[in-house]
Amino acid sequence: MKKAIFGDNQFFGVNHSSDEKSRAQAIRFKDNKAILDVLDIAIEEGIETFMCTTHDRIAEICKIIRDNPKYKDFKIYPCMPYAHKYANAVTELGIMGTIKQYVPGNIFSTVAKGGLAFVKKDFISMMELMIDAELKMFKGISTPVVFLQNVITDMLLGLGMTDFLVGFYNHIKEKHGAEAGFITMNLPLLLDTLEAAGIKNPIVCASINKAGFRMSGSVEAYEKVIAQKRCRLIAMQVFAAGVLPANEALEYVCKLDGVDSILFGASSRGNIKQSKLLIDTLSS
Amino acid sequence: MVRAGIIGLGKMGISHCAILGAHPDVDLVAVCDTSSLLNEVFKKHTRFEFFTDYKKMIDTMNLDCIVIASPTKYHADMVSYALNNNVNVFCEKPFALNAEEGKTLAKLASDLKLVNQVGYHNRFIGTFNEAKRLLEANVLGELYHFLGESYGPVVLKEKVGTWRSEKGQGGGCLYDYASHTIDLINFILGKPVKVRGTQLKSIYSADVEDAVYSSLTLQNGLTGQLSVNWSDDTYRKMSTQITVLGKKGKIIVDATELKIYLKEENKSFGLEKGWTTRYITELTDLVNYNLRGEEYTAQIDHFIDCIKTKNINNISSFSSATNTDELIALLLNDNQ
Repeated sequence: MKKAIFGDNQFFGVNHSSDEKSRAQAIRFKDNKAILDVLDIAIEEGIETFMCTTHDRIAEICKIIRDNPKYKDFKIYPCMPYAHKYANAVTELGIMGTIKQYVPGNIFSTVAKGGLAFVKKDFISMMELMIDAELKMFKGISTPVVFLQNVITDMLLGLGMTDFLVGFYNHIKEKHGAEAGFITMNLPLLLDTLEAAGIKNPIVCASINKAGFRMSGSVEAYEKVIAQKRCRLIAMQVFAAGVLPANEALEYVCKLDGVDSILFGASSRGNIKQSKLLIDTLSS
Repeated sequence: MVRAGIIGLGKMGISHCAILGAHPDVDLVAVCDTSSLLNEVFKKHTRFEFFTDYKKMIDTMNLDCIVIASPTKYHADMVSYALNNNVNVFCEKPFALNAEEGKTLAKLASDLKLVNQVGYHNRFIGTFNEAKRLLEANVLGELYHFLGESYGPVVLKEKVGTWRSEKGQGGGCLYDYASHTIDLINFILGKPVKVRGTQLKSIYSADVEDAVYSSLTLQNGLTGQLSVNWSDDTYRKMSTQITVLGKKGKIIVDATELKIYLKEENKSFGLEKGWTTRYITELTDLVNYNLRGEEYTAQIDHFIDCIKTKNINNISSFSSATNTDELIALLLNDNQ
């Protein structure tokens, strides 16, 4: 049976096929209560896992669910970093300015104590500090898998900076006692790269849909890799940004041998119920 | 294999670096930046040779092509040096601070038969291309107005920043944001040649404008408006939209969808009477490597294809980018 995982794009106005819909969603989910109400519906429909970006709003949601026994079995898969926060910061402050703003402990003000030397010598440690800072908001909440966002995973893949992918994987396991996951738009390249670095059977979340949307290279290349079962695979963008009908979209991914879980987002009880039911019946 | 180098490892430079690094026909051999921090990271964690002097990189690395993603004020010198060393050039937008310099460089590239491209990536987005195709087929009839808009959350409070916030360096909303909108108007509708009533407004920035409003006239006579603001946090990221009104209907197009309203059905294009929406999911081609959207890879793929086939009729050439630089100069002048 495939597992349904609930996503968060709808809460933050992320819609890959319509800027207009995304603005409407941003208005609807202005208050945290509106987000919590939808999460409650997902839980009532039997979904236990919420995959979400380390957005400032999620920190507020975490504060509310942390101490509420209603959410004791609820799991969060954090996805970091919230890239737009850093991308806008780089445009405005430059790379050094962004590091200064977001690396904890104001690393550049402690040059006298060897801060800058430390930064220059050990970028993996700097990344670890940033990971720890982003994960703070989830303290006391079950986070069995922590994901690296596709913009970072894919950038590191292109740059050939595999050290950081391995560094992320090790740090999540060793420091946080969780499993590392990788979100990607480049599934075949990611698996080849991770395997060459000694990481076998990783948790990966990739765009997989009947329309072939965001399946880099070709649909055939993806289907071949999926069938090889080289990773624990979560399918995302299964509705191809909302252009595929639910039934047709879910039938394709549920029947794909090699897909373990399906990530989807929805805002209404009707849509959540329908998707959950379709995932359960089509994959049983 | 095409041997490539990059100058400037800011946000766009790093993105180009990853795209070239993953390109099956490209051997990215060298990168150049003045940051000692980046020097350390790249030396330690990548296979690319690192330079702090771009001339030395061009002199010694036997490059077929170069991507220039440095601050705008350096573009002209770097482009000129690369072209004179017989290197094909992809330069980030905006092309040149001085439109006359831009024209000279466009002519030089053309005389030397070198591939020349500027990073106006909207030209590689399926929805905008579909709008261009429909408008060229005259589906809206005689056009009477357009509106080009870009909004996003870049400068949201008063504070000191980088070269982008200094006057005359190629920063500010006009160079950084509005250049995209202007280029897209040029691509889809025609070359803008006149401006009126320009307002460059500083909202939070001390030395540059945060918003650009103006009325434009195109070479073909069509008039319309430009409305751009990078201090608008009701947008999650940069959103660009073009609205075109004609006697037979209206098109509203952004990077995600194309909406067309027609007074009468158009059978040859499969467009119904009333509204038809086409989504990017059906209008985009797969790329081999996807980082921040298909268009970023598609524009580099086009550059590399042009080099391989010795095609200098580029979709986003120095020459077309110079049109945008000329309009920027007109806007600055009109605001005074």
